[in-house]
Amino acid sequence: MSDHEKEPMFSAKSLKFFTAPLADNNPITVQVLGICSALAVTVKLKPAIVMALSVVIVTAVSNLVISAMRKYIPDRIRIIVQLVVIATMVILVDQLLKAYMFDVSKQLSVFVGLIITNCIIMGRLEAFAMANKPWPSFIDGLGNGAGYGLILIVVAFTRELFGSGTIYGYPVMEKIGAFRIGYENNGMIILPPMALILVGLIIWFHRSRNKTLIEKN
Amino acid sequence: MKHFSNRYIFIFSTVMVIAVAALLSLAATLLQPAQERNLEIEKKKNMLESIGVSATRDNTVELYSKYITGSFVLNSEGEIVEDVDAFTVVLKNEQKKPLEEQYLPVFRAFPDDGEKLIILPVEGKGLWGPIYGYVSLRSDMNTIYGVNFDHKGETPGLGAEINTREFESMFPGKKLFDNENFISVQVHKGGADPSDMHGVDAISGGTITSKGLEKMLFDCLNKYNDYLLKNRI
Repeated sequence: MSDHEKEPMFSAKSLKFFTAPLADNNPITVQVLGICSALAVTVKLKPAIVMALSVVIVTAVSNLVISAMRKYIPDRIRIIVQLVVIATMVILVDQLLKAYMFDVSKQLSVFVGLIITNCIIMGRLEAFAMANKPWPSFIDGLGNGAGYGLILIVVAFTRELFGSGTIYGYPVMEKIGAFRIGYENNGMIILPPMALILVGLIIWFHRSRNKTLIEKN
Repeated sequence: MKHFSNRYIFIFSTVMVIAVAALLSLAATLLQPAQERNLEIEKKKNMLESIGVSATRDNTVELYSKYITGSFVLNSEGEIVEDVDAFTVVLKNEQKKPLEEQYLPVFRAFPDDGEKLIILPVEGKGLWGPIYGYVSLRSDMNTIYGVNFDHKGETPGLGAEINTREFESMFPGKKLFDNENFISVQVHKGGADPSDMHGVDAISGGTITSKGLEKMLFDCLNKYNDYLLKNRI
């Protein structure tokens, strides 16, 4: 963005930075980034929600930091600088959680550290924050984190409901008496390949609703 | 894109690395006391859970001093080692030593039902990292009173299920010995026969963690063999 006109903070344009990654430019279903963690943390809803929140925060803040520094970052070592910013933030968050929110930190365990390797974050830094002003970058980070979290929560909801018969730990299937009429939890849903199939189904559904997403060969 | 000289790049990266290192070590130093206290509370809380007392973070210290009445350290011969505080023994470090030099901590507990228990710590390997826990035994030194397991980073919903009530509640009543023979408790894929005194169900999708837990129980508890046989009723 080279124009120096003053833009209102919540203009339609900056709103679009937030909404585009939720649907038509979703990091998981359209850009196909961050699949690995989407498979790992979606067995239960709770870790998925905490992971989604953490990624929103990390993407938004590291986008902000990198965008503020973008004019001083030498082009040749930009990837290293981006990684250092992400890793520092994630380690700080992890240390703070361990000191003041021990239970949450236990719940997330290794996944906090794994946020560093989430390709969405570096993808946004490289594609957006390096070329845009801090505020739009921050919004873009929020949007992409939310777009990622949305898919995570949908997949985790489905997997927890049909795999373990619970929603957020609440035994739904037992309460509605599904087991008494011969219903059984599907053990396959809790295995990682099923998450991939679910993500595939979401991508299929998404593209059948929005034909512009289909690649032409 | 502006061109940056090599000199600038060097200075930029040096400053960046020093700034980040200073920030992180400062954070680590400042937060360490709080983190260590959390770990101590966590350890006490896990021990209490293995004797069926559920504590919150706030009342753990109080309940611990009420129920856990003593502790001592054994060597592999089953003799008491003097002058070692059982609470400060780090099992992971002990397991690296040769068996004859290992310290084996034992904690005594008296829950409300009047039973005299001993609590033995266990530590082993799951799929992604360490798994650990506490096993409390009744005064016959054979029957399990309760267990508590925890893990560093097993997969949620799969291996991480070892620290759920459903899994842990299968252990009370199981036996470690068959007459004089140490059997420990095995996990069975597809479910154990409820009448099996040495078997519990494995976790579906968590086979490696379940097997690691089985190995952990056998290896760690087997070291107490002499002591348990000597003191059993």
